[in-house]
Amino acid sequence: MLRELFRFKGGVKLPANKTQSTGLPIAVAPLPSRLAVPLHQSIGGKPRPVVQAGDRVRKGQLIGEADGWISAAVHAPTSGAVAEVAMHVQPHPSGLDALCVVIEPDGRDEWIERTPVDYRTLTLEELRARLQQAGVVGLGGAVFPTHGKLTPAKTVPMDELVINGAECEPYITCDDLLMRERAEEVVRGAGIFRDLLQPKKVLIGIEDNKPEAAAAMRAAVDALGEPFSVVVVPTLYPAGGAKQLIRVLTGKEVPASKRSTDLGVQCFNVATAYTAWRAIAHGEPVVSRIVTVTGNVQAPRNYEVLLGTPMNELLGLANPHPDTGGIIMGGPMMGFLVPDPRAPVTKATNCLIAHDERLFPPKPPEMPCIRCGACAEACPHELQPFEMYWFARAKNFGKTQEYHIFDCIECGCCSFVCPSRIPLVQYFRFAKSEIWAREREKNAADGAKARFEFKQQREEREKAEKAEKLARAAAAQAAKKAAEAAAAAAAPDHAPDHAPDHAPDHAPASAAAAAAPPPVAVDAEKAAKMATIQAAIERAKAQREAARPKNTEALSADQQRAVAEIEQRRAVLEPVLTDAAAAAGESPGKAE
Amino acid sequence: MMLAPAPFLLKEVSVRRVMTQVCIALLPGIAAYTWLIGPAILVQLVIASLTALLAEAVMLKVRGKPLPLFLADGSALVTAWLIALVFPPLAPWWLVALGAVFAIVVAKHLYGGLGQNPFNPAMIAFAVCIVAFPALMSQWPSVGLQLATADQINVILGLAPRVDALSGATPLDALKTALKLGEGEVDVAQLLANQDIFGNFAGRGWEWVAAGYLLGGLWLWRRRIITWHVPVAFAAGLTAISGALWLYNPAHFASPLFHMFSGGAMLGAFFIATDPVSGCTTPRGKLIFGAGAGVIAYVIRVFGGYPDGVAFAILLMNLGAPLIDLLCQPPIFGMKDKA
Repeated sequence: MLRELFRFKGGVKLPANKTQSTGLPIAVAPLPSRLAVPLHQSIGGKPRPVVQAGDRVRKGQLIGEADGWISAAVHAPTSGAVAEVAMHVQPHPSGLDALCVVIEPDGRDEWIERTPVDYRTLTLEELRARLQQAGVVGLGGAVFPTHGKLTPAKTVPMDELVINGAECEPYITCDDLLMRERAEEVVRGAGIFRDLLQPKKVLIGIEDNKPEAAAAMRAAVDALGEPFSVVVVPTLYPAGGAKQLIRVLTGKEVPASKRSTDLGVQCFNVATAYTAWRAIAHGEPVVSRIVTVTGNVQAPRNYEVLLGTPMNELLGLANPHPDTGGIIMGGPMMGFLVPDPRAPVTKATNCLIAHDERLFPPKPPEMPCIRCGACAEACPHELQPFEMYWFARAKNFGKTQEYHIFDCIECGCCSFVCPSRIPLVQYFRFAKSEIWAREREKNAADGAKARFEFKQQREEREKAEKAEKLARAAAAQAAKKAAEAAAAAAAPDHAPDHAPDHAPDHAPASAAAAAAPPPVAVDAEKAAKMATIQAAIERAKAQREAARPKNTEALSADQQRAVAEIEQRRAVLEPVLTDAAAAAGESPGKAE
Repeated sequence: MMLAPAPFLLKEVSVRRVMTQVCIALLPGIAAYTWLIGPAILVQLVIASLTALLAEAVMLKVRGKPLPLFLADGSALVTAWLIALVFPPLAPWWLVALGAVFAIVVAKHLYGGLGQNPFNPAMIAFAVCIVAFPALMSQWPSVGLQLATADQINVILGLAPRVDALSGATPLDALKTALKLGEGEVDVAQLLANQDIFGNFAGRGWEWVAAGYLLGGLWLWRRRIITWHVPVAFAAGLTAISGALWLYNPAHFASPLFHMFSGGAMLGAFFIATDPVSGCTTPRGKLIFGAGAGVIAYVIRVFGGYPDGVAFAILLMNLGAPLIDLLCQPPIFGMKDKA
């Protein structure tokens, strides 16, 4: 069947190096001496361990319970005893340890009771829950929990379901062999996804360097009578990237800011479809996966490997040459050198490549960027890597985001073509992680600020309530003082020195200030607060005046009356002036 | 164990390889130059190369850069060759050397070295020398000048007097001067009929040198060292303005073909305006850059006081390149409908 194919811009042609490992069929790797099964093998929540050291487990038994909706369960890959639940080295470039269930196999490889079901009898919710409980995740490398991708968007009809058998990275052949040998189960798994998502079309994309796989898949589709299209796509790295394959098969471009279902399309890896079928129709949770073991080895081959198998034991099966200098997990474009060869195989481990300088020569020294633009031409997301590089180097991370750094899929095309040998992807990873770190810091700071502000608000409220009470008392006291002062003013023989705690000259003013409500309309709380403050100021003034003799002491009654009148006018005006100054954005002190 | 980052595969490319291919692409033009204009150009190429490499070595040493790695990147050589090709072939040796030193020391390294220079170093050298030494920079060998190779070298090295026969002009300049002197009395077609100066369509000898650059430029495009955008836009800009004026008054304005194959047009379009460091890098930016350079080059060479305008046109566009690129960012994957 002829179908219109679309192109994605950029991409690079790479030496495939796939035939080395496709000569032999998939072999079942022997039981390793010990299994260290990481609990966190998918994107999302970290599963909680449900076994303890000393427990006996059977193959397929739940050992880690999914934590939240975006999380997938983890199971014992074989029967045996739990030696410990402890931190163990991980296949991650950071070299950090993570919690693992370490299982001492008993050699019997005894399954739990498996309950195959006809999935058509299940509701869609039950089906998704079963996939989650069986630990089905994206096996193309991203390990996103599959059930989380099986809900169509509410507003957009599902047009296409894309099954990804492109396998575009050099050296990796695990999907190729899976399709060759187990095509029927892959197609049946795709059928489950189809029934959940109800797309108009199902497209199985396979790169044209895998004719055997394409033929096997076609035969399986025909045998099962499914209306699926097996589409052979041109070999061009990274055609196997979900977004690139969606583009090639449907013409749709999914930006980083959207889910593919928002555009009516969804994509799953062939191995994911296979495990989904095994999980539902055979009741077998995901406890193993197919791993290509290749590179600097004598016998490259694909193995069906129990999760948790130490990588060095697996690599040993293929007889690595003695000069092997490390293990690459994944392909040569996006993989990484595992920091410790004892790291376990996980659901994300599609390939182990024995590293050697003849296969992967050391990088020549880095030169300055000459802005040749080769990276921009190679970028499948049509970014401007050299611009992002300048800004990442200058730690101008805001600019890197303006140049869409989060649309970068880290495929490595830019680094591959760069004549100046700049490790561009490294710069972008650095920039991304810096941005994330700053975001986290900012969120933490925002949280702390919010908590602080809330506390401050509460304290202020309490203070205001207290002040209100005090103000009432102070006002009453001031009124009393005013009355006393008036009496004192009426009696001229009164000596101010005899009353050290009050100042007769100022008492009328303070009384007026305290008693008269401020002319601007304010709520009771503010008024009370102001009254309190005013009262406090007056008290302080009175004390000060009492302690220090002034030239206003020997004034006549007329003069005193004039002063009192002026003070009274001023007291009325003062809050207005202060408010006006504040409104003008100046401090009240400067208003004078 | 060294944790080298992915990708572990690298394409067989390097800065050196890019620069070497640019030099190779200049060879057809150089061959035509040597054959039709005179072997003096080879001497100039050697002088420019040696001084440029020496200046580069000194500057790298001063800046503390690894000498063998950077000296071998070939970028200084490209600059040197372009300088030799745009300077008059019989210019005194020190003029070419001065241009090369100025280009490498000031226009390249003082701005931060490889990849950092905002202006094309060779064009800066040309601009500085034509402003500082206008007479020497305008002395081109008279047409049909028959001078033995040894004599040519003697002139360059200053061992022989700079005879009057040397103070010729480029065909472009000759046309401009003739039109100016004729003051409307002369016709472009009549002037160009003089095949001794103007050859078949643009300038005796020089038109084939330009054809050599065209050939090399096309090869660079085939090798994907350059994209089509800048040369095509340059030609389009130059053709648009020269064509419009030519159609308006063919008696006073030469045809686009004449302009494309005269002076530095072809070299500029394929080898200088395409310099990624100082030029634009986005596809639309390259089109604007090329077209702008073509138009400005025409305006300067026809209405301005300099014999050719390509160098100034490219320098002026260099000024605008960062802004043009900023405004011409292409939409990315999945965001095309928004842009």
